[in-house]
Amino acid sequence: MTSAFLAILKRDLALASRAGGGGELALVFFLTIVVLVPFALGPDLNLLSRIGPAILWLGALLSMLIGLDRLFQGDEEDGSLDLIRASVLPLELAVLAKGLAHWLTTGLPLALAAPLLGLLVALPGEAMLPVAATLLVGTPALSFIGAGAAALTAGLRRGGLILPVLVAPLTVPVLIFGVSAANAALGGTIPFATPFLILCALSLAAIVVGTLAAAAALRHSA
Amino acid sequence: MTPFSFPSLVLAADNLACRRGGRLIFADLSFRLAPGEAIALTGRNGAGKSSLLAMLCGRLRPEAGSIRVEGAADVAVVELSHVVGHRDGLKTALTAQENLVFAQALLGDAALSPVEALAKVGLPHVAALPVGYLSAGQRRRVALARLLVARRPFWLLDEPMAALDVAAQAMLSGLMREHLAQGGAILAATHGPLGLDGVREVRIGP
Amino acid sequence: MASLIDLANPTRFMRYSAVLLPWLAGLSAVSLVVGFYLAWFVAPADYQQGETIRIMFVHVPAAWLAMMFYTMMTLSSLGTLVWRHPLADVAQKTAAPIGAAFALICLLTGAFWGKPMWGTYWVWDARLTSMLVLLLIYLGIMALWRTLDEPSQAGRAVAILTLVGFVNVPIIKFSVDWWNTLHQPASVLRLDGPTIHASMLWPLLILAVGFTLMALVLHLVSMRAEIMRRRVRTLTILEAERLDRLAAEGAPA
Repeated sequence: MTSAFLAILKRDLALASRAGGGGELALVFFLTIVVLVPFALGPDLNLLSRIGPAILWLGALLSMLIGLDRLFQGDEEDGSLDLIRASVLPLELAVLAKGLAHWLTTGLPLALAAPLLGLLVALPGEAMLPVAATLLVGTPALSFIGAGAAALTAGLRRGGLILPVLVAPLTVPVLIFGVSAANAALGGTIPFATPFLILCALSLAAIVVGTLAAAAALRHSA
Repeated sequence: MTPFSFPSLVLAADNLACRRGGRLIFADLSFRLAPGEAIALTGRNGAGKSSLLAMLCGRLRPEAGSIRVEGAADVAVVELSHVVGHRDGLKTALTAQENLVFAQALLGDAALSPVEALAKVGLPHVAALPVGYLSAGQRRRVALARLLVARRPFWLLDEPMAALDVAAQAMLSGLMREHLAQGGAILAATHGPLGLDGVREVRIGP
Repeated sequence: MASLIDLANPTRFMRYSAVLLPWLAGLSAVSLVVGFYLAWFVAPADYQQGETIRIMFVHVPAAWLAMMFYTMMTLSSLGTLVWRHPLADVAQKTAAPIGAAFALICLLTGAFWGKPMWGTYWVWDARLTSMLVLLLIYLGIMALWRTLDEPSQAGRAVAILTLVGFVNVPIIKFSVDWWNTLHQPASVLRLDGPTIHASMLWPLLILAVGFTLMALVLHLVSMRAEIMRRRVRTLTILEAERLDRLAAEGAPA
């Protein structure tokens, strides 16, 4: 059973790294959003620096949605999902493996790239680590909330269109606590730990709920 | 070494009914698939052959009736079955061997190694090639090689002969005969002959 | 898909480029060494900007090359769409990462220069910002190449994208300038001011030639690699088909 779990994880990581895997698209999209915001707000570094954590969080959130529709759709289209259903592995664990692979190939790189992109919005040096840390613990929630929705739309041809509409409202709490933790690190009345721990809790809950929901949706999808 | 043989399991379907999109596609379908038996599932297009396979795989809930395995309590049919549908279940970006290694890890109960299985379907030379490079017939045979990398008593096949040339069809018939001799069982939705003796026909619809 | 005609024309390119490469590489190395020597030891430090002005010797050629490679990609795209030259999409595909790398070098050197000058790694200066948008276009083109795996089909799609991007570049430049002047007065310190002393101009020109030659060497090498990669792909598919036929004839089951 462990080997089946690892096999799914390994395969998804391999697919993301091969040509056409789209593993790097989320990063490019992240960069694009961070570049677009100053065009709308103006190049005032003081302003950008103040809202930097918010820009980075919004950018990361939207980037996580890119390609999320392919999480199960690709497997559904080519029949791999039937193979996964026939596996000795419970469907929940298969979803967990796929969600983990999604996070490793999108959430983790986004969190690691965030300090670098923080330079573009003049994020103060002392805020870089906290922003990266909040993204590191917050993005798993996005991966798994997304996995639940992606499982629902796996069989739909136009699932890519409906997915962001389904996922975005569910990510509101993650966004709120992610940004307030990052802002708390910049100074303010709330200590950093309070929103940060709530963010951790949201991620853990999302992993459980998202996995169960996705497995239930996949079990009788066709 | 004693020849391998599967435990004696019977796949039993009782009074199955299928409804899709509000329309009753078939009803009162019953059959038993015993060790060493092969069933050819026939019927015109849209009669519900693929729907029946989806039910056996647990992908579709029957409108009525039951599916169970006699001899193995509380095990879903799909966990005892190989499923080869009209979609090959292969990732084009991975090599044939990587695809089979993945299938073996997922299905458990390893039999032949991926390389041996590829040799047996006549494709030893494509092991290291990405599946995207292969022709439709070659892909089909890689998908069929999956039947050999893990031991499962039931083979549920959807149009297994499609996209295969004459030689490959004979090869598949040979594989199916071996599987039946080991006490396995086969249920295949098909339009043409399977190249086996003593195939029982179950016809869906008129 | 896999045809032997694909192999025919590039053969001549492979032969000529193999002869040309060592010369270009040598020339590039010489001009880079001379240029860097002049830039480091001969050119004076700027009275206003101090030693940091030397970053310009890498920054400016990188900016030129980033734009030059995009222009070249545009020509290659015309080659793909209009003349259907078999090497055009190879040239286009392999130019993208090199152009992107120079755009990135330009941005990074700009950031290193900006830290002591502006006190921050990044300001939304019009030129730097335009370069950042150019980098994004490069990344988009590379992403499209990676997504489509059939070279001939991908070549057409990417060629169209490149042309659209090319038409857009002046518009982007104009818009960014507009946006920038709208928000802040033109910065006093320009990384590459209009007046430049001869003792700086010479090393700059020599280095520009050196970097251009280096970029050409990189481009030729990666074009050769791409041609090889396509040959290997074609031959592998043909070989798999041939072995299949042999197996079918040899052992009629």
